[in-house]
Amino acid sequence: MALIVSLPEAIAAAVRDGDTVAMEGFTHLIPHAAGREVIRQGRRDLTLVRMTPDVIYDQLIGAGCARKLVFSWGGNPGVGSLHRFRDAVEHSWPGPLELEEHSHAGMANRYVAGASGLPFAVLRGYSGTGLAGHPGIAEIVCPFTGERLTAVAALRPDVTVIHAQRADRAGNVQYWGITGVQKEAVLAAARSVVTVEEIVDVLDPRPGAVVLPAWAVGYVALAPGGAHPSYALGYSVRDNDLYVAWDAISRDRAAFGRWLDEHVYASERAEKTL
Amino acid sequence: MNGYTADEIMTVTASRALRDGMTCFVGIDLPSAAANLARATHAPNLVLIYESGTIGAKPGSLPLSIGDAVLAETADAVVSVPEIFNYWLQPGRIDVGFLGAAQIDKFANINTTVIGADYAEPKVRLPGAGGAPEIAASCGEVIVITRQTRRKFVERVDFVTSVGFGDGPGSRKYLGLTGAGPQKVITDLGVFEPDPVTCELVLTGVYPGVDVADVSEQTGWELRVSADLQPIPPPPESELAVLRDLLATLPKADREGAAR
Repeated sequence: MALIVSLPEAIAAAVRDGDTVAMEGFTHLIPHAAGREVIRQGRRDLTLVRMTPDVIYDQLIGAGCARKLVFSWGGNPGVGSLHRFRDAVEHSWPGPLELEEHSHAGMANRYVAGASGLPFAVLRGYSGTGLAGHPGIAEIVCPFTGERLTAVAALRPDVTVIHAQRADRAGNVQYWGITGVQKEAVLAAARSVVTVEEIVDVLDPRPGAVVLPAWAVGYVALAPGGAHPSYALGYSVRDNDLYVAWDAISRDRAAFGRWLDEHVYASERAEKTL
Repeated sequence: MNGYTADEIMTVTASRALRDGMTCFVGIDLPSAAANLARATHAPNLVLIYESGTIGAKPGSLPLSIGDAVLAETADAVVSVPEIFNYWLQPGRIDVGFLGAAQIDKFANINTTVIGADYAEPKVRLPGAGGAPEIAASCGEVIVITRQTRRKFVERVDFVTSVGFGDGPGSRKYLGLTGAGPQKVITDLGVFEPDPVTCELVLTGVYPGVDVADVSEQTGWELRVSADLQPIPPPPESELAVLRDLLATLPKADREGAAR
């Protein structure tokens, strides 16, 4: 049953050094406040899992939290490179970063397998690409038709972290808009943390909303604006200017260090502004 | 330039490759500009599908990412990420996919993963696959948009992220790829199309002021030119005006980047 706690308490309880951590949210509802809290608590040796590492994992990688990255597209959408990610891969700064690389369809299906309690999922994909045969990707023959298909290994994170619009006081979670792969990521994981824009008495129905029942969720923490610079439909807009500005911040190690000091380490009050 | 940039003629050319009523899997940057230009001009019933799960999006402004709110708010349906790939892309429901490329070879195989021969020690680490491998495999056809340089247009890509025609004739069938593969590669010099027999990219169109020698200079394999090479007319002011209005909706610092 979901426990409603503060964000620092949720991260301290659910995320441990060496864990495999999935923070999901496909452009929309990215759990940035939780990501900054993981940096602030100094977690190390994490295996970070996410379809699009995006700015959130650029920050965690640059801050030295990650040992390994499992991903399918590592860019700053519409802007260019993730420079902390590239610096780690190309120059091992601040430390070496092991990569496990997939396609979006592969990652999505790996979460589906994890959520379904199956060891693998099947798709028509990867055939002929350089990714075929990488860890977690193998050819399989259909037992009914003989067609050659691709099996992808289930993802089973130790903990999944997501951001949602709302929860009620029992810890039932509701989110809508672009719903991404968060339901699968939460159900695939052993533990989960959900940050929310607000906690309300009643979750009135919303078109296209996903509801995660309280008994399927670990921790719920209030974090208004916690998706910024991503957004929460109905609560905030995507801060596209910041995604553009991130290019210069992340390109330079010193500039990134100043950003960490100012917006992560200096004070919790920073959460209100970034 | 005669009143338009190389990016603008690329975008207009790509836009014209889309027919009204098609379903189109749209990537960000130039493909998104081209698809939205088509919808605003000759293809009002073009169905825009973004990998964020937004089906039938009708944005009035250009999104910066594939998941901007304007896509969800204007879509006919918003579905989950597993659903967009498994139910909509994989069975072949989407007519055309738009892809970019960091490297492309003469069989239209695409690399967006690493530059350099050694995957583990790349010279340049690129973003990776995203939705591209399955878009290249399962869309009815694929249109590639990319700037052309000799370093990008190579005999053989360093890493096959997305399969075009593999090793040549018969590869797609052998690999079980259900779509027809890349049917146009649109660059800032002109347009390539695959030879129906050899599957090799052949130059079929050039922009005003570009000659075959210019294209050959920027092609890293022995360029083949169609016997029916067509001059591509300059984009009319009316289409350029619509395109510029669309691009003006992006954040300032990114306008040039997004039209790249």
